[in-house]
Amino acid sequence: MATPLRLAALLLVLVAAFASAARADLVVSRADRKVDLTSHIVRVLTSLKVENAGSEPVSKVLLAFPNIQAKNLAAIRAFGTEGKVKGLSSVLPIEVVEPSGVPPELTFFSASLHKPLQKGKILHLDVLTVFTHFLQPFPEEITQADSQLVVFQDSSHYLSPYPVKVQTLSIRLPGGRVESYTKYGNTKLVDSELKYGPYEDVPPFSYNPIIVHFENNNPFAVAKELIREIEISHWGNVQITEHYNIVHGGARLKGEFSRLDYQSRPYARGVSSFRHLIARLPARAHSIYYRDEIGNISTSHLWSDSKKTQLEIEPRFPLFGGWQTTFTIGYGLPLQDFVFSADGKRFLNITFGSPMEEILIEKLIVKVVLPEGSKDIDVSAPFPTNQWQEVVPHWTIDN
Amino acid sequence: PRPAPRADETLAQIPPPRPPMAAAASTMLESLPAPLLRALRLKTKQQELLLRVSALALIYVLAFAVRLFSVLRYESMIHEFDPYFNYRTTLYLTEHGYSEFWNWFDHESWYPLGRVVGGTLFPGLMVTAALLHRLLRALSLAVHIREVCVLTAPFFAANTTLVAYAFGREIWDSGAGLVAAALIAVCPGYISRSVAGSYDNEGVAIFALLLTFYLFVRAVNTGSLAWSLAAAFGYFYMVSAWGGYVFIINLLPLYVLVLLVTGRYSQRLYVAYNCTYVLGMLLGMQIRFVGFQHVQSGEHMAAMGVFFLLQVFFFLDWVKYMLNDVKLFKSFLRITLTCVISVGTLALGIGTASGYISPWTGRFYSLLDPTYAKDHIPIIASVSEHQPTAWSSFMFDFHILLFLFPAGLYFCFKRLSDATIFIVMYGLTSMYFAGVMVRLILVAAPAVCLISAIAVSATIKNLTTLIRSKSKSPQTTGKTTGSKAAAKGAVDQPLPFQHNVAVALLLGAFYLLSRYAIHCTWVTSEAYSSPSIVLSARGHNGGRVIFDDYREAYYWLRQNTPTDAKIMSWWDYGYQITAMGNRTVIVDNNTWNNTHIATVGRAMSSYEDEAYEIMQSLDVNYVLVVFGGVTGYSSDDINKFLWMVRIGGGVFPVIKEPDYLVNGEYRVDKGASPKMLNCLMYKLCYYRFGELTTEYGKPPGYDRVRGVEIGNKDIKLEYLEEAFTTSNWIVRIYKVKPPKNRS
Repeated sequence: MATPLRLAALLLVLVAAFASAARADLVVSRADRKVDLTSHIVRVLTSLKVENAGSEPVSKVLLAFPNIQAKNLAAIRAFGTEGKVKGLSSVLPIEVVEPSGVPPELTFFSASLHKPLQKGKILHLDVLTVFTHFLQPFPEEITQADSQLVVFQDSSHYLSPYPVKVQTLSIRLPGGRVESYTKYGNTKLVDSELKYGPYEDVPPFSYNPIIVHFENNNPFAVAKELIREIEISHWGNVQITEHYNIVHGGARLKGEFSRLDYQSRPYARGVSSFRHLIARLPARAHSIYYRDEIGNISTSHLWSDSKKTQLEIEPRFPLFGGWQTTFTIGYGLPLQDFVFSADGKRFLNITFGSPMEEILIEKLIVKVVLPEGSKDIDVSAPFPTNQWQEVVPHWTIDN
Repeated sequence: PRPAPRADETLAQIPPPRPPMAAAASTMLESLPAPLLRALRLKTKQQELLLRVSALALIYVLAFAVRLFSVLRYESMIHEFDPYFNYRTTLYLTEHGYSEFWNWFDHESWYPLGRVVGGTLFPGLMVTAALLHRLLRALSLAVHIREVCVLTAPFFAANTTLVAYAFGREIWDSGAGLVAAALIAVCPGYISRSVAGSYDNEGVAIFALLLTFYLFVRAVNTGSLAWSLAAAFGYFYMVSAWGGYVFIINLLPLYVLVLLVTGRYSQRLYVAYNCTYVLGMLLGMQIRFVGFQHVQSGEHMAAMGVFFLLQVFFFLDWVKYMLNDVKLFKSFLRITLTCVISVGTLALGIGTASGYISPWTGRFYSLLDPTYAKDHIPIIASVSEHQPTAWSSFMFDFHILLFLFPAGLYFCFKRLSDATIFIVMYGLTSMYFAGVMVRLILVAAPAVCLISAIAVSATIKNLTTLIRSKSKSPQTTGKTTGSKAAAKGAVDQPLPFQHNVAVALLLGAFYLLSRYAIHCTWVTSEAYSSPSIVLSARGHNGGRVIFDDYREAYYWLRQNTPTDAKIMSWWDYGYQITAMGNRTVIVDNNTWNNTHIATVGRAMSSYEDEAYEIMQSLDVNYVLVVFGGVTGYSSDDINKFLWMVRIGGGVFPVIKEPDYLVNGEYRVDKGASPKMLNCLMYKLCYYRFGELTTEYGKPPGYDRVRGVEIGNKDIKLEYLEEAFTTSNWIVRIYKVKPPKNRS
């Protein structure tokens, strides 16, 4: 009994020590958080108004996340402007930092300002964070007729190393049933929008847990692995091949799958499943195919206009919770749209990600196949990647 | 200055044109054509060669192209059932290499027995495709093995046309060869088994069969050891490719016997048969699946007997030559024959009695006696392609060849030679077998094409000579056409209207042949180019509706069942489940273990609780049934069910066919027998079907295949639960529940 208690005490002291150090400089005068829970990917936009209350100029703003959230953090971006009113904002570089004397349960990111914030000045900081695997299905197993319920956990107070004067939290839910949510003062649920706050004068590192249990039947499409092959040919074509391994990441199906129920009342019996995915391909995509290991899949539709090509693909069977499937899509793109040359070198400028909408990719491998005899290969990616090169045999007939 | 080309100069003597001299160039252009044309003007023989080669090249391309309907209409995919096994093994061969393939023990089929794949298949097809694949890769063509497999059959069909040409030339003349090549290129009987995607043994085996026959006939005609050796290798390829090699090993001795009896024995025959038989037998033994059958099985004994007979014949011939005394020779002959016959009979008797020589197999019997399978081996009789052939399918598969065949036989008898005797025997025996089993139309197709080609070629040749000689000098007609048949040629004096009649007959022949070409294309497109794994139907607005249910179900199995799951289904779908679903099956299309299949048949025809015990003993996790009641797909498990009962009942007498029938009638509606309405197969097919309205104006639970309202609409499953049903209900998969906890 004694040891945990002592540890907890030590932790508190540490937090207090660090907090006091931070509080000396910055104060968050307003924090508005908007959490979007409409899909299975959680997007949080935090608008902060940061004031330098100390005497020294400050060049870094710390952002704190509990480790359980940080491990699900897929992307973080910060935009900042200085001044009374919001103007054009600029992207601030962000890095993971480990300030001394902070509790190990927290992960810190630091946004570096382009120029230090002088005493008494105000900084508008917008932080966009994207979390994956954040919504936990509960119950974990449902039948075909059940809706999928998920649990969202967060704090009603903005977790910050700085004191927060005024703050609000609004959570957008996908609509449909809300099973339960944590009620504090100043909590109200209006039209699938859950609002907490405003709260005033909250001390640093204040954590006030909330749990929202609600219905979310949007496709929980998770790509366990995606291999993208980008093949560049001399003959004016960029051939893209994408191998997907998709699983329904929501609540697992238990019991029977009845085709009769599914086809007679698809919205009542099978509401948690999804049967198609939509890919937005670049405008001039051509020679599109959709197949898997045992042949062509005939259920797909294609629309195209001058801006984009939209491909709607239907896997061979509807995906219920826990079911998976694999498939491959491929398409050709005109070379001149993606490859340009300068200074005697050629540059390929192409996106890393998948064209699928609302899909979560756990492991992404991008292979770029360059024409025979390419040399001085140099890669610049927007985030750290593992890279390797291999030589593959070349074939007589290129496409 | 350049000498003007003389008219009689050849093209090679013209000096090359000089660029700056425009005037000279123009004069050259004027003067060029004369010698050029002269150079291009070929002698008649060269012209004929050119025509022949280009016709053959066109036939080659046509034979390949006409088989591509399915690829163009559907996709490059493997068809039917057995090809999926062949594809799977070929994939294994290319991925793991030859020795791994040879030693492959497949535990994904025939659970829990497994199957020694390397020792129980004919590897010719797989090795051929793998070699083609390797060749293409060596040429840096990045093709997938699937494309090679899909196109193997058309490629070999195209090669068969070349063999048919050579064969036709060997037995008749090059004209007949050309016609034979053209006929076989589009013959529906052959196309049915060689369209793109039909990756089955027969695809290469027909090529090997015809090649072996051609080489053997060539060897008999020439008496050359080289051709005999080639025939032995052709035979080896055939043995490696298809079980139908038994046809060769029985036809050749029969042919030799006929030649002996008709007094056509020759040294050439002796060399050809001995060399082909001995080497072919030794080579054939190298195939593990065949092994020592050449010396141990009853089906191969005829060849061996004729081999010894030929030696005796040769010996007697030699003794006769040495003895020069007729009386002495006659007594010697009597003694020798008695000895030989008694030794032979004794050897055969001892061999059979001791079990060294195995008796004829049931399959062989069923070929000789069409009713044998029905009474003794239901598993052979249950396969649709093993049914006796209907007249309509002869007509469908041969069209005008059916009428030309007797005509060709007439021509063959008219000009008897060793070669024509062979083709006549091939034609007659294979036609008999084609009558016994639908699938053997395939074996008859080359013979029918060759014999018909003789008829076509001889007739047309007669008619054209008639027309030509009439226009030149009517007096010589009798001489030139004397050797040919038909009444017109036999007279010296031209008949009245002979020319016109000949023209009319020629036009008629062309009309018939063009009808044949149209029929063949139509049949190929309509009947033989469907992959049978993807079904299609015409929709309400005339558009094509695709039912891709099989692949939907197999892919679901592949993705959403545990990798070690065991699937029970009727054996028809075994190969497809292992190849596309990648899961272990209890039985598959390699019907080597009748008891195992009967066990599955018994489970399907038992009540659910009894079936559950059988399924538990076989570790079954999922049961797959095929059901056509929603779409009207008639080759479903309910229609196959009586065979399951029969095969199951053949081994387990508890299953009795009359229990499932009412007054000898098979029905699924209210009047059906209670056993039928409650057996596992019925329950799995019709589970919750009673709630579904399939057709407007019909009560729910209306089966569109049987055309009745089902008799048991309230089906409850106790030990199984529905795991997956495809979008058109064609494939239904049930999960076997784990045993209940004992309380």
